[in-house]
Amino acid sequence: MPSVAIFPAAASTNAHSVDQLLLFLVVVCGSVGLLVAFLLIYFSIKYRRRPGQVAPPPETHSSHKLEWSWTIAPAFVFVVMFIWGAHVYIDAYHAPDDSTVIYGIGKQWMWKFQHPEGQREIDALHVPVGGSVRLLLTSEDVIHSFFVPAFRIHMDVLPQRFTSLWFQASKPGEYHLFCSQYCGTGHASMIGTVVALEPADYRRWLQSSAEGSLALQGRKVFLKYRCISCHSANENARAPVLEGLYNQPVPLRDGRTVIADENYIRESILNPAAKVVAGYDPIMPTFQGVISAEDLMAVIEFIRTLKPNETPPRVESFPPPVNPPDGDPQKLPFGAVPDTDNSKSDNTNAGNSKSNNIEHPR
Amino acid sequence: MSTEILESQIAEAPAVVQPETYLNFTSGILSWLLTKDHKRIGILYLVSVTVMFFIGGFAISVARLNLMTPEGSLIPADTYNRLFTLHGVIMVFFFLVPVVPAALGNFVLPLMIGAKDLALPRINLLSWYLYIIGACWTLYAMIAGGIDTGWTFYTPYSSQASHYDIVPTMIGVVIAGFSSLFTGLNFVVTVHWMRAPGLTWFRLPIFVWTLYATSIIFLLAVPVLAMALILVVVERVTHIGIFDPALGGDPLLFQHLFWFYSHPAVYIMILPGMGIVSEIIPCFARKKLYGYTFVAYSSMGIAALAFLVWAHHMFVAGISVYAALVFSSLSFLVAVPSAIKVFNWTATLYKGSISFATPMLFALGFVALFTIGGLTGLFLATLGMDIHVHDTYFVIAHFHFIMVGGMVMAYMGGLHYWWPKMTGRMYSQWWSRMSALIIFFGFFLTFLPQFVLGYNGMPRRYHSYPPEFQVWNVLSTAGASILAVGYVLPLGYLLLSLRYGKRAGPNPWRATGLEWQTPSPPPKDNFEETPIVVRDPYQYHLEKAQNEL
Ligand code: HEM
Ligand SMILES: [Cu+2]
Repeated sequence: MPSVAIFPAAASTNAHSVDQLLLFLVVVCGSVGLLVAFLLIYFSIKYRRRPGQVAPPPETHSSHKLEWSWTIAPAFVFVVMFIWGAHVYIDAYHAPDDSTVIYGIGKQWMWKFQHPEGQREIDALHVPVGGSVRLLLTSEDVIHSFFVPAFRIHMDVLPQRFTSLWFQASKPGEYHLFCSQYCGTGHASMIGTVVALEPADYRRWLQSSAEGSLALQGRKVFLKYRCISCHSANENARAPVLEGLYNQPVPLRDGRTVIADENYIRESILNPAAKVVAGYDPIMPTFQGVISAEDLMAVIEFIRTLKPNETPPRVESFPPPVNPPDGDPQKLPFGAVPDTDNSKSDNTNAGNSKSNNIEHPR
Repeated sequence: MSTEILESQIAEAPAVVQPETYLNFTSGILSWLLTKDHKRIGILYLVSVTVMFFIGGFAISVARLNLMTPEGSLIPADTYNRLFTLHGVIMVFFFLVPVVPAALGNFVLPLMIGAKDLALPRINLLSWYLYIIGACWTLYAMIAGGIDTGWTFYTPYSSQASHYDIVPTMIGVVIAGFSSLFTGLNFVVTVHWMRAPGLTWFRLPIFVWTLYATSIIFLLAVPVLAMALILVVVERVTHIGIFDPALGGDPLLFQHLFWFYSHPAVYIMILPGMGIVSEIIPCFARKKLYGYTFVAYSSMGIAALAFLVWAHHMFVAGISVYAALVFSSLSFLVAVPSAIKVFNWTATLYKGSISFATPMLFALGFVALFTIGGLTGLFLATLGMDIHVHDTYFVIAHFHFIMVGGMVMAYMGGLHYWWPKMTGRMYSQWWSRMSALIIFFGFFLTFLPQFVLGYNGMPRRYHSYPPEFQVWNVLSTAGASILAVGYVLPLGYLLLSLRYGKRAGPNPWRATGLEWQTPSPPPKDNFEETPIVVRDPYQYHLEKAQNEL
């Protein structure tokens, strides 16, 4: 006997608010539906034509009072539905400021994730119970949709753009991760698992990382693609300094101002000419087709978490590593243990950047 | 509710053979293919949409069978994807959109307003040819080449180079779109110019009102669809970035353009159904339609609001929260006139003298299923709920309740209501009532489990699925088999009625509409003399109307 799902698992804070909303809608709509069904059946029986009946039924005059009341009553109920629904929706897409950011990539037909501590996974996503996680999602090809029924959360994943959602798992367990936007032959097999772990288990899982934090990887990318050759604090204004840029307003050449969110940073890397910062020339080359999706995310994470005075200078002997941001393990999400082996990663980076610098064309 | 009662309601017709009707005044295949008579064109449409309906139905039957097991091992994924696309494209663009306006509307609209024909008979014939060309072309492209985008054609999936015959399919859809556009134009002109003397706007039957509203939607929306699809074709051919972000385009732009047509198109699919039901219920309850003016205005209201809610298909597509709030609230607004109609139909039954002939069974089924479809639409318009059920089987169930439970039920009602007028023959009451009941219960069994599936999180367009969804899928497939029987039955008894049915006479239902005041089948020019209208519609309570035949 196969198991029968009657009600889906509810494993996030959002799940509970959506279920309450469902209950409200089922009760209200259910009563209206039952009322209509009752009237249809009752009238059909009571007023059915009897054999031999010839006289026409009496006319019932339309009563405008009645009609207005059944126009206004639903309208009133709809206002309640709208407000309640809007409330849940705004909550569901408005991440708390202290959320951990995890990057996700949809690709025919798999899900790839990159954690800030550096773990990468495919078709699996480990998250801590009780911690709020903000996902920054993008696609490498067509539109996908990130859907975890147990979390009651859903967001389309678009190519060349970030969309974002957040959730807070409330119950340990493994949950389906579906793609719900048709994306080609393997659409139905684009299924992953979200693993919600107790914070202690999650910390243990995080320590299995080998590559260093995502921001650290991003810094390597930053050096590898020689972004550093223009974006550096000690250069005379060839390109804007990126420290402290994230989520700040940026004045543009054409007079507009934009907020430097993920999408702006991404666009500035892939299509630099689209929004040129006031005071600079559009000299930055495009990295479209040059930089891989994973590297792109890593470097965005690097810029996102970059604090003032942290841009590595052009020469190899740069100041303290980017992660931990201020060397305080307490500040890491969910008390994750920071990369203790800084010197090792520094060495590799130094090696990288050195060879890069040697090849530098200028 | 015995058969005798019913038979006695059907006025006995004199067994005189009618000398000349639209069916026999000329003969030969060419006299049909070159006809400019709206009645014959209506029949041509009827035959063609029926063929399309069964092709689309066959495609989904195979797909639905495949979903009996979680592995979906009956057919390969690619075949499944092509089948649901075939099903969707055919059912939407080649069945639901044209079926009531172009098949039934073509036949009865001029009769209902006391006109000799539509205003532009040649354009009418042209519309049918456009429909046939579009249909054959699309079918060929979808079967010989194949396309797997779903009927929504979302970019950039559809604009990437590898997907079989997407360009021909889209061109076929655009051609069929122009067929609807011309039909719409024809109806608008006809309703304005050709009404019989005395037939003022507020004496028009509700069906005419809804066809008029539908035609306006056609005129405004079809060009946008054509534009969107043509832009995809242009992008695929020239590689200019319009929708494909890899070329610098915007993928959401396509969704906006597509739904700007397709959302109003959903109302194209339901408004005429509402019109049919507003004809049938008064007739079989012998009551004036409750709140005629409210119903008429709410049809126009729905047509207008239909253009303002398109982005409620995009709440999780990455639009801004503000846009979502606006489109959610507008969606609730459009639900108000729909609610009004349900209450008005129900109130019409009050103190009536109700008989349960086949058209009435379909109409009552429509009210029940449409109500459920409408109420679950509120779930989708509620933002917080939509983030969970979007693109799941909940949506499939919802739109089948509206489009199949609603529109197809209403269409079946209309077909059974006007069949005697079209053919001059009655069909078997017993078999037709059976088919109405089978469709009703088969429908529930097919689509109610899908609401559960959707809330449990089964996404749509899945060729295989995790095993915990199996029980509901098996129930749904069982229901679909019953439903299939219900849809095939009418094919049998209606065709048999052509030969063996008893003669219907001009007005078998003792209805008040103008179309019943001419012989069945009607003569070539519809009326022996132009009728003069002196009354509001639906005056079933008047003794005179009761006896007037
Ligand atoms: C026996 C009756 C029917 C059954 C069992 C059925 C079943 C289905 C199923 C399972 C799907 C979803 C495919 C998927 O998303 O994986 C579907 C989609 C659809 N159906 Fe039906 N259907 C039936 C009748 C109809 C009818 C009569 C119409 C219209 C007249 C219709 C219109 C549609 C449309 C427009 C879609 C969307 C296709 C897409 O996703 O691109 N269906 N149907
Ligand atoms: Cu996908």
